[in-house]
Amino acid sequence: MNTYTKIVDNGVNVPALLDAREALSQAPEAAQFRWRATCNWINGTHCQSQVEQFFGLGEDQCHKRCFTFDADHPEIFAAEDQGATPVEYVLVGLASCLTAGVASVAQHRNIQLNMVKVCIEGDMDIQGILGIDPDVRNGYRGIRVLFEVDADATHEEIEAVVAQSQKRSAVYDIITNPTPVEVVVRG
Amino acid sequence: MNTHSLTPGHRRVSAVIIGAGQAGLAMSHCLCANGIDHVVLERGEVANSWRRERWDSLRLLTPNWQSRLPGFGYSGSDPDGYMSMPEVVDFVSGYARTLDAPIHTHTTVTRVSPVEGGYRVATDRGEWQCRALVLATGAFNRPVVPKVADAIPQVGSVKVRSITSHAYRNPGQLGKGGVLVVGAAATGLQIADELQRSGRQVILAAGEHVRMPRTYRDRDILYWMHATGMLDECHDQVEDLRRARRLPSAQLIGTPARETLDFNTLVSRGVQVVGRLAGVDGNRLQFSGSLANAVKLADLKQGRLLQRIDDFIEERGLAGEVGAADRPEPTRLPDPPRLDLDLRSGEIDTVLWATGYRPDYSWLDLPVLDAKGQLQHSGGVVTNAPGLYVMGLPFLRRRKSSFLFGTEDDARDISEHLVAHLGCARTGLCSALA
Repeated sequence: MNTYTKIVDNGVNVPALLDAREALSQAPEAAQFRWRATCNWINGTHCQSQVEQFFGLGEDQCHKRCFTFDADHPEIFAAEDQGATPVEYVLVGLASCLTAGVASVAQHRNIQLNMVKVCIEGDMDIQGILGIDPDVRNGYRGIRVLFEVDADATHEEIEAVVAQSQKRSAVYDIITNPTPVEVVVRG
Repeated sequence: MNTHSLTPGHRRVSAVIIGAGQAGLAMSHCLCANGIDHVVLERGEVANSWRRERWDSLRLLTPNWQSRLPGFGYSGSDPDGYMSMPEVVDFVSGYARTLDAPIHTHTTVTRVSPVEGGYRVATDRGEWQCRALVLATGAFNRPVVPKVADAIPQVGSVKVRSITSHAYRNPGQLGKGGVLVVGAAATGLQIADELQRSGRQVILAAGEHVRMPRTYRDRDILYWMHATGMLDECHDQVEDLRRARRLPSAQLIGTPARETLDFNTLVSRGVQVVGRLAGVDGNRLQFSGSLANAVKLADLKQGRLLQRIDDFIEERGLAGEVGAADRPEPTRLPDPPRLDLDLRSGEIDTVLWATGYRPDYSWLDLPVLDAKGQLQHSGGVVTNAPGLYVMGLPFLRRRKSSFLFGTEDDARDISEHLVAHLGCARTGLCSALA
């Protein structure tokens, strides 16, 4: 048993998150969120997306400002490379979600993080998206995530934090499990 | 034991216990010791679920020396063995014979409703009124099958039979084809193993699970979990009780050879381990890509358990008396993991759901269930229902609550609360009723 109190600060307000967890377990309707993005075609494969509003805690919510994301394809795809490719945004989403989770779980477990670096890569056979071989899927065949973590904890404790982060990650779930997607065209 | 035939009409008694399994009988023992007049109502026979609702090859997960009920223990010649179902039935029935309480078998409770100062218990053989009521009907009444089951097509060339672990008895019930076993707790692993050994190709879909070796450092793993005090951890001591209560049962099996049953064992026998059954797309079953993390979580958790045991052995200076510390091999996974199964391929003809159970409270006409149908209680004392108690649920009061031997402490604690509720009124000895 530790006889001193270790001050751990990963910048995550765990008491606030735990309060929210307790409050929302009593009011599951307030836990229903809807995330949104809009996307405008610019030219070629270049498009620009914006994220500003979402719904949660029973009402419309707004980010502090509007965030803008350019997506395009590299020049070897005969495009102008005005932004990251959409599949790279998927990697960004997964890496960001897992990293945020690591910070939160570490804070909750009283583990001070000194450095977290993630390298993420996904393997894709583009014969799928080019329609060359119908047996090849369009999406990633597999994704690998490499965490480098410097923290005041044992290797096993760090591994457990990273594993717990995956267990509670929305993007990890979205990628590893099927999600129904409905696309309609306004009439 | 007295088996009364009850004439219709209603009778008053201080307490009614519903269920004559180990939990109900242990409670009866404790109420007798306190001189509380009561009856035990049982829909079938004593130890009914053990008799009729388990598969043939099942043995207890706890070793015989651990089989203990209040005032009763194992007296056979194989303390390290694991009881078969007939042996469990004999054990619990033998216990029932030592009790003085009236046990009304073949008496099905049809409705429990509140009355002034207590409860009315309607049965198919008359009615009872009581001031205290103990629900000891068990945690494994109804199989839980996930929603994804509804999406499995049963048309055209696809003919897949669904069966739950609750209905499963032995491989002879199934077709000769492959089987998808869904669920990787003790039940799923044991049935997957049995089916693979029967010559069928088994695919095992696994989500979060709890891995542990059968024996560690020359002792049964449950010996160490008991010795270190883990099994005695109380409901008000754990950080996340809701999570502790819904944890899958550990991957254990009771065999004469005391063998460990984990994914590595199953894979070596030819079982394919895949991720959780996450969806159905037309004729294609989809398995989660999260298997690697589920396995990592379980391996890490097992490592923490064994480390805790090592620390205990070190602290107590027991290292000279037991085997050396070691670590089981990490779980080996197929690379890449399998993500789908086309039902039209004929690879499987059966899906076996080993996806858990829940209690049946459909006859309980009391406002004591939450939005998800779970009984609200604190350590077996049901919330907002004075005099109502529950026994035998996972982590009811302690980590050991769902084990046979975990009944003893729970029955003692809950009977104390019950006696206090009745105002310690000694309304007559059990023997006066018998």
